[in-house]
Amino acid sequence: MFRIVFFARIKEQLGCAERTLDWDKAITSVEALRAKLCDTGGDLWREALYEENVICAVNQAVVTADTRIHDNDEIAFFPPVTGG
Amino acid sequence: MTAAKKFLVTIQAADFDVGKLQAGLLAGTAAEGAVATFTGYVRADKHAQDTRCMELEHYPGMTEKSIEGTMQLAAQRWPLLAARVVHRVGKLYPGDKIVWVGVSSAHRSAALSACDFIMDYLKAEAPLWKKEFNQQGAHWVEAKESDVTRAGRWSLKGSK
Repeated sequence: MFRIVFFARIKEQLGCAERTLDWDKAITSVEALRAKLCDTGGDLWREALYEENVICAVNQAVVTADTRIHDNDEIAFFPPVTGG
Repeated sequence: MTAAKKFLVTIQAADFDVGKLQAGLLAGTAAEGAVATFTGYVRADKHAQDTRCMELEHYPGMTEKSIEGTMQLAAQRWPLLAARVVHRVGKLYPGDKIVWVGVSSAHRSAALSACDFIMDYLKAEAPLWKKEFNQQGAHWVEAKESDVTRAGRWSLKGSK
C-alpha cells in the first residue's frame, strides 16, 4: 500500500490531505504513481499535481519524479516552501 | 550536554522564550566563546491593508528531518558546540515570533556563519507553507526566487 500526502495549496485544490493506493507492480516510480492518480482523478488532479514547481518526496526526502518507489512508501506532493 | 541534545529542532504552535533558548545552548563548562541567534517575526505588510493573520502549515516528520539535516550540514562545515531551531506553526499575528535559530561555538566566525547558513537553508528547503488572511480573503504566500539563490551562495566553491 502506498500512502500519499498533500500539503498547502495542493491539498486545498484536491480537497484531500492524504489517501492510499494499493501497491501495484506497474507503479514503479513517483511519476507512475502521479499518472495513476490523475487517470482516476481527472483534470482537477492533473492541474494540481503537474503544476510547474510541484515538489515530490518519498519517505520524507525530496526526490525527482523518476525515483523508484516500493510498497509501504510514503509519497508527498507539495508546492515550493515558504517557511522561516 | 549529551550528543543527542546538541542539535535540536522543535516545531510547535506555542510561543517561545528567546532568553531561555539561548541559555539552553550553553553546556555549563564555558566552552562557548560565541552564541549567534536569529529571531524571525510576522511583519505587518505596509502594502497589504489589514493583514489579519497568517497560518503556517508543516509536514510532520519531514519538517523536523529537513531542519535537522541542515543543522548537521552546518556542523560538518563549522566547529559548532550546539544548535537549536524552533519554528512555530498554526495561526500567527503581526508582531508574533515565527522562528528562532541559535548556535554556539568557541569563536564568533563559525557561530555567525552557521546561524546565517541554517536560516538560508530553512527558508529554501524546510517543508513549511504560509497562508495570509486579510480583508481580500486568503492567499498562499509565493516562494521567492531570492530565497533559493541566497541558499545557493553557500556552495563550496570559494566560500567559507
